[in-house]
Parts: sequence; structure tokens; C-alpha cells
Amino acid sequence: MNFLYALRMTLARQVEQVHAINRRYAKPRLAMSSAVQWALLVLRLYLLTLVGLLGYKFITVVMQ
Amino acid sequence: MSWIARLYYRLQRWFKAVRLYLVLAGPGVVVMIADNDAGGITTYAATGAKYEYYLIWFLVILGPVAYYIQEMTVRLGAVTKRGHAEAIFDGFGPFWGWFSLLDLLLVDWLTLVTEFIGMTSALAIFGVPPWLTVVGVCLLMAIMVLNGRYWTWEKLALAFCALNLIYIPGAFLVHPQVSDVLAHGLIPNFPGGFNGELFFFLMANIGTTIAPWMLFFQQSSVVDKGLKEKDIAWGKFDTLVGAFFTVLVAVFIVIVTGTVLNGQDINDAAQASTKLMETHHYAGVFMAIGLFDAGLLGAICISLASSWAFGEVFGWAHSLNNKIREAPLFYVSYFFALITAGLVVLIPRAPLVLITLFVQVVAVTLLPAALVFLILLLNDKDTMGDRTNSLWDNIVNGSIVAIIIALSTLYGVSTLFPTLFN
Repeated sequence: MNFLYALRMTLARQVEQVHAINRRYAKPRLAMSSAVQWALLVLRLYLLTLVGLLGYKFITVVMQ
Repeated sequence: MSWIARLYYRLQRWFKAVRLYLVLAGPGVVVMIADNDAGGITTYAATGAKYEYYLIWFLVILGPVAYYIQEMTVRLGAVTKRGHAEAIFDGFGPFWGWFSLLDLLLVDWLTLVTEFIGMTSALAIFGVPPWLTVVGVCLLMAIMVLNGRYWTWEKLALAFCALNLIYIPGAFLVHPQVSDVLAHGLIPNFPGGFNGELFFFLMANIGTTIAPWMLFFQQSSVVDKGLKEKDIAWGKFDTLVGAFFTVLVAVFIVIVTGTVLNGQDINDAAQASTKLMETHHYAGVFMAIGLFDAGLLGAICISLASSWAFGEVFGWAHSLNNKIREAPLFYVSYFFALITAGLVVLIPRAPLVLITLFVQVVAVTLLPAALVFLILLLNDKDTMGDRTNSLWDNIVNGSIVAIIIALSTLYGVSTLFPTLFN
């Protein structure tokens, strides 16, 4: 019981720490000019494509 | 008499500059030479065996490319006094911050496994069992970090960097024809025409020259060492020296395998060492020692890159100048990554080849993001002040980043779909 309680408390502390980090950096300090926004959009599309390819490869390997 | 006085004055100034450099040297040389890690040595050995000296020119070009990318981390670290992970959180918010941090953790850990693969296979040539290699490496790395001083860690790392130069005498042992090396190696050409296989080798060489962990490592290292804005010129020079040596080592590995193993397919550097030992015993021994050293240097830097990054973001004490009781979580994360990666290599029938391939693919997801963030952060005038990228910096670095992203993506995709470019 004590172990489970300690584990729950540790996890809760970690989650709170992650929330604190999210709050600390909630507002990006870099000015979001159109160039920066465009670069981040392209980066998102690039990563989505790459993750899609990885997923496709994973599925085809599993299906074999 | 006046010319003697002038000469004395100049020599004194020169010695002072050398002394100052020796104090400030470290992050650039260590990161650049550690770039020739176990995976890198395999790539260079296979390149030489496959294409003899004909791709040396390409390695020479990669030197300045690595320098231009890495010098940006020197400026960013010295000006902001922040590591790369924290800079991304601060500049772009939690989404990109967590993406970079978790991706770095994954790619670093996988790369660490490949370093252990290299080290165990290198020492296996001398009859050392893998478990002993893993235990020995973990103990050695514990001794390096637990002394509680960045300075000591750095000087020990520099000693291992010096050992990486073992490939140079190794090349002289195989007696290459210098005229052939110069005639074949320094004129840009594509041996056998530009085909899928050559393209794969070119991309593999780029992949080993610029890796995501290098950006995170050097920036954190600059911060931990305490380099200031006034030291940036020396930091850049240090990076230039490192870039020179990383190319030099790569070229000499290509010369060794290009001379002795020309026309043979090499799957890993340990195999190259064994084959070399059949005809040139000491060249093979040097290759194996170099492979172990390369894996060790890679492990030293990569495990620290992750721990520094986590420490920066979570706000833990995260300096090598801290004792273990002052920064327990920093050292716990360091040893956790190290020991678990070492244990993977000891698992019977672990999918080590799959892990090696997966590293390349995962690195491709992090590298473009890290490079784009680097360029954007270096253009933030509010933070960087007069150290902001100039127009020329942006043209050079922007072009390099665009080419690296395109080629590393093709490399990652061709790893996933090997027949795509055939």
C-alpha cells in the first residue's frame, strides 16, 4: 500500500513538473513573424510525411 | 637588437595565444572528433573498400560544412548561456520543445547502443568478452564524470580524441601510393557514374558528419565550460581545428581500406579490422583500437548530451562541476542511459542490425527540426545582438541546412525503402 502511494505521489509530482514546464514556456519568446510561422508549418508537414512513411513501412512489415 | 626584441615580443604573444587556446579548447575538438564514432568509422571503412580513394574529395568538402553548422552552436551557447534544448523550449514553446527533447532522448539512446556494438565488436577481436567491455566502459565513464570537474572530464576526453589519430600511422603501415591518393582522391568525380549505390554512400557520409546530438552537445558543453561572448572567436577556432581533424581521420581510414580492401564489401569496421589483420597485422590492430576509441568517444558525448538537455529543461543541477549529491538526477539519467544501452548489446539475438538502421531513420526526424531551430534562433536579434547571423551567414548556413535536410531525408527514406533508388 505504502509503495503504491509513494509511486502515485512520485508520478503526480512528475506530471506537475511537466505542467510547470509547459506553463513556463507557454508563450514562445521568438517573435512569430510570417517567415518563422512558414518555417514551422513546413517542418510540421515534413514530420507528418516522415511519420506517415514510417507508419506505412511498419504496417507493410507487420502484414508480411 | 631591435629585430631580436621584436621577435621576442612576437613569440611571447604567440605563446600567450597558444596558452589561451589550450585553456579554451575542448567543446569544438571533442564534438568534432567524437563525430567519427563507431558508425562513422564503419561508413568510412566501407567507403574506402568500395570506392578506393575516389570519394576523398567529398569528405574534404564535409569539413567546412560541419564547421559552419557547429560554429552556430558556439555563438548561441556563449550568448544565451543556455543549452540547445532549453533554447528550443524558450524560443518555440512546449510543443517543439517536447518533440525535440523526446526525439533527442530516443536517438541518443539508440546511437549509444550502436557505440556499444562498435566497442564490443572491436575488443572481441582481442578476445575480450562483450560483458567485460560493457562493464569496463561503464566504470571508465563513471570515473570520468564522478570527479566533479568539467575541466578533468574534458582533458580526459581530449586524450581519447588524440588516440583517434591512430588511423594516421595505420595508413602509413599499408604503404599507399601518395600519387594515386592525390590523383584519384582530390579531383571531384563519381566513380562508376552517379547511381543509387553511390548516392547511398554519399548520404551515409553526410549522415555521419552532421548528427543531431552534436548540436545539443556542443551548445551545452560551451555553457558548462563557461565560455563568454569574448571567447567566441576561440570557440570557433576550436571548432575549426576539430573539423580539420575529423576530416583528416576520415580520409586516413579511407586510405587504409582503399589500399588494402579495395573492391570488397565491408559491413562493419570490426570486419574491416579482421580482414586487414590477415595481410597487415598492425594496421588491423590500429583499426580495431581506433574503432573502440571512436565508440567510447561517441558514448562519452552522447550520454552527456541527453543528460544536459534534461537537466536544462527540468531545472535540475546539470553541470559536470557538480558532485553527485549536488546533481543526483543529472547523474542518474546519465548512468541510466549508459547502462541500459550497454545491456541491450548483451541480450542474446538482440536485433542489433535493425537498431543500427533505425538510428538513421529517427535521426532524420530530429536533424531538420534542430537545424531549422538553430537558424531561426541565430536570427533573433533581441537575443543574439551583434552575434546575429549576417546575410552571408544565412546564405551559407541556409544553403547547407537545405542540402543536408534534403539528402538526410533521402537517406532516411532509402533506409526504409532500400530498393527505391536502384
